[in-house]
Amino acid sequence: MADQKIAAYICQGCGLGERLDTVDLAKVAQKEGKAHVVREHEFLCNVDGVKTIQNDIDSEGVTHIMIAACSRRAKAEAFYFPAVAMSRANLREGVIWCQPDTDEARETTQEMAADYVRMGCAEVKKMIQPQGNPGAVRNNRILVVGGGMSGMTAALQAAKAGYGVVLVEKAGQLGGWAGKIYKRIPSRSPYQDPQDTGVEEMVKAIETDSRIKVYLNAVVAKTGGAPGRFQVEVGQESGAAGTEEVGAIVQATGFSLYDANNLPELGYGKSANVVDQAGLEKLAKEGNGAIRRPSDGGEVKTVVFVQCAGQRDASGKHLAYCSGSCCNTSIKQAMYFKDANPDVNTVVIFDDLRTPGNGEDFYRSAQNKGVTFTKGKVSAVEATGNTCKVTFHDLILNDQNATIVDADLVVLATGQVPNSGVDIDAKLKAEVAAANGDTSLLEAIEAQEASGQKPISVLNLDYRQGPDMPQLKYGFNDSHFICFPYETRRTGIYAAGPVRRPMDMVQAAEDATGAAMKAIQALENAAVGRAAHPRSGDLSYPSFRIEGCTQCKRCTVECPFGAIDEDEKRYPQFNEPRCRRCGTCMGACPVRVISFENYSVDTVGSQIKAVDVPDEFSEKPRILLLACENDAYPALDMAAMNREIYSAFVRIIPVRCLGSVNTIWITDALNSGYDGVMMMGCKHGDDYQCHFVKGSELASYRMSKVDDTLKGMGLEVERVRTFEAAITDIERLPKLINEYAAVIREIGMSPFKGF
Amino acid sequence: MSEANTQAVEKYRNNFLKEVEERVEEGEWVKMCMQCGVCSGSCPFGPHWAHPPQEIFMMIRAGKRDEVLTSDSMWMCTSCYNCIVRCPRKLPITHIMHGLANYAHRLGLAPKGQPTREFGKMFWNNLVATGRVNELKLSLSLYFKDGFSQGIKNAMAMKDVGLGMLKAKRLNPFELFSPHGCKDRKGIHAMLKKAREIEDRRKHLTS
Ligand code: SF4
Ligand code: SF4
Ligand code: SF4
Repeated sequence: MADQKIAAYICQGCGLGERLDTVDLAKVAQKEGKAHVVREHEFLCNVDGVKTIQNDIDSEGVTHIMIAACSRRAKAEAFYFPAVAMSRANLREGVIWCQPDTDEARETTQEMAADYVRMGCAEVKKMIQPQGNPGAVRNNRILVVGGGMSGMTAALQAAKAGYGVVLVEKAGQLGGWAGKIYKRIPSRSPYQDPQDTGVEEMVKAIETDSRIKVYLNAVVAKTGGAPGRFQVEVGQESGAAGTEEVGAIVQATGFSLYDANNLPELGYGKSANVVDQAGLEKLAKEGNGAIRRPSDGGEVKTVVFVQCAGQRDASGKHLAYCSGSCCNTSIKQAMYFKDANPDVNTVVIFDDLRTPGNGEDFYRSAQNKGVTFTKGKVSAVEATGNTCKVTFHDLILNDQNATIVDADLVVLATGQVPNSGVDIDAKLKAEVAAANGDTSLLEAIEAQEASGQKPISVLNLDYRQGPDMPQLKYGFNDSHFICFPYETRRTGIYAAGPVRRPMDMVQAAEDATGAAMKAIQALENAAVGRAAHPRSGDLSYPSFRIEGCTQCKRCTVECPFGAIDEDEKRYPQFNEPRCRRCGTCMGACPVRVISFENYSVDTVGSQIKAVDVPDEFSEKPRILLLACENDAYPALDMAAMNREIYSAFVRIIPVRCLGSVNTIWITDALNSGYDGVMMMGCKHGDDYQCHFVKGSELASYRMSKVDDTLKGMGLEVERVRTFEAAITDIERLPKLINEYAAVIREIGMSPFKGF
Repeated sequence: MSEANTQAVEKYRNNFLKEVEERVEEGEWVKMCMQCGVCSGSCPFGPHWAHPPQEIFMMIRAGKRDEVLTSDSMWMCTSCYNCIVRCPRKLPITHIMHGLANYAHRLGLAPKGQPTREFGKMFWNNLVATGRVNELKLSLSLYFKDGFSQGIKNAMAMKDVGLGMLKAKRLNPFELFSPHGCKDRKGIHAMLKKAREIEDRRKHLTS
């Protein structure tokens, strides 16, 4: 690049000047780094230092800057030069703070610093300052799918913030579950009595808000596009359909109750007097609080509530999880009876009574009202005439055959099943299970296919990756469960409410408010071509060199966010607003044609090659450490702040995600004589912590194949190692490095040096 | 079975919880137990009870009237108050234990010969006789409660303590023959009678 003008700045502050020979570093930047301008400064982040840099940019025509000072995570406000490409050589946290201040260590410390200066120069040369997507568009409307508590809340909140809303509800009226119940669990102090649902007020607010457009009896027939430019076809049974353009989407499709017909042993379907929680709400609503025995309209004297009906089931037949809301619901329903007539005998049979939020006060209130709570597990409900006999294992008195005869009504607390649409990974999961010897899932899918029955999609996305959002476990939509609960795997589409995890109405309203805010953020980002979380604000986006592409489709498959479609000619088609800038596609591409302006196979590859690798007899091995910038790299910075010492032979390069690691970097490193390669990424699996959800998992899969490459090169398998790291591993990571350095010392220097 | 008991059974049918709430000291707390088991785990006598407090509360709610009232469990309570201190639901467990014991005693259902109960009776009779506890008589009647020869054995075993107390003027043998009472024995008796009346009314024990 002819018009590149590179300036390198070496800071002497924070003890760098005392610990390092900065004159030598400046020489390295000039001779090896080929910087056109090189300056040492005693305190680079102060007003004068920043002015010096700005001046070089403004009047010297500097286009690329390399700052050798502290970690790129520090002083980001001072070193903010959006007009030029910038790299940072981490001499403070990465060198002097993690190396001992002794005479013996002086030489290796200086070598480390010199390498980081070389790497910084090499990197910045390959960078282009991103200008953002010129095709970015703004659309200030949000589609909300589902008109229950979550959906209505999201719609109202978005409208209140001044954004337009399209609300699509499949039923003939708004309200969802909240609209079907008599009263709700109290949401306000003193949490003593059931409370009005407030649904009517919400519906009225929606109907009178000109910013909200409501479709009833409607479904989303098709969703195409990307954040900022979603195209949505709304289908209605009457045939009338509308096309809507929206900037972001909130999926608030709620839950269905687990089908109590699966519980014949609990009497469901055998007696009209055995109902599920929805059944009881119906009775209460119809009778306006006065509940009669369904079988004959007789008086209700005894009601038994069976908790965890078909839930928390270890047998694999029913729901394995706890829905977290049905205990409070049963407490509320028992109060329907007690408040009307304190003499009604209400017994709640529970295993663990789980009353989240302020439910504990509500529970106590029910005890005060005389609701009996019995710790036990119901084994059978038998109908005899107009009453039922409930047999249970009393867990306190250890009575296997405790009974309650003469129950006029039995209420089964079945759980929440998410309305999350099609499981786009069902086939994949089934195949994995089949490979492990369990063919039941695969058979079920085949049976369904044979019956011609198609699972019903919620969003009908025309994404290459499938029509709905990916699911994590038990059918709930995947959202970044541990660290960023709102983030799903489809950028600009947010799951809210019980479709994301089981929850009650208070939680759902909170969740929906958060999702509405996130949706607003997403469309605002899309309007200027900015990345959403976690690289928020990043203007770079991936592009690919079409001449090199072999149409292998790896990128479209591996992108955790479904950002890449396929065009008519079967080439990948990147949708910038859907992209989260993780670089997983770049790591996946076998022919390495995908890159970002400021992050590419070259920006990292050139750093690897810039390191000075001493010869075999120097006893100075070189270890490359590719560290996830979200967890491992900050943890190492913090370790340095604590002055944890680690091997001077390691050279660390932060990567956006381990998923972006292209195996070429590893082979390049080994070929240029590195003795070992460490990789540190986030935890993967069901309780993943990877900021890009699938990145570290894909990386570990790719790296599992590296052993063969190593053997092919005649190298020990220990020369490449992947580690899981969390941001809290401040003491562990330096230890890992030192242990690995010991392993390398053990197996000896690489035979590939000097080629 | 006592008449009081027959009458209680009549009155409450199978609602034992209600009976306890109305008639047992602090009985209205029983419904508030959340079955965490902290009391049972905290009780120093826990392993020796047939039914630790948590279980007793569950039995009351399950209507196990006979099992509860004839049990010797609540008689085992030593009033250490560990459970009260720890109960997350703030149940006055110790008091409920004594309340249950007392109620069972009044209905004549408490186990015969249960040592705590026997001692309780002795103590009470000793106290109301003169309006003042006669320690010498009380200890002697305790020694001899299981017969004469056992009484002698018990007394011999304690003789050093007795002689020590005698020397320290903490024990007066003449109390055995001419015990001194309080100033207004009649007044005390009247007070106790009144207190019993009030209690009975409060506990719905008067018909
Ligand atoms: S893999 Fe990551 S960087 Fe590549 S398109 Fe998908 S989100 Fe963007
Ligand atoms: S991974 Fe690379 S080669 Fe394969 S389709 Fe994507 S861009 Fe083309
Ligand atoms: S500690 Fe209190 S709440 Fe827990 S079992 Fe005992 S009485 Fe019940």
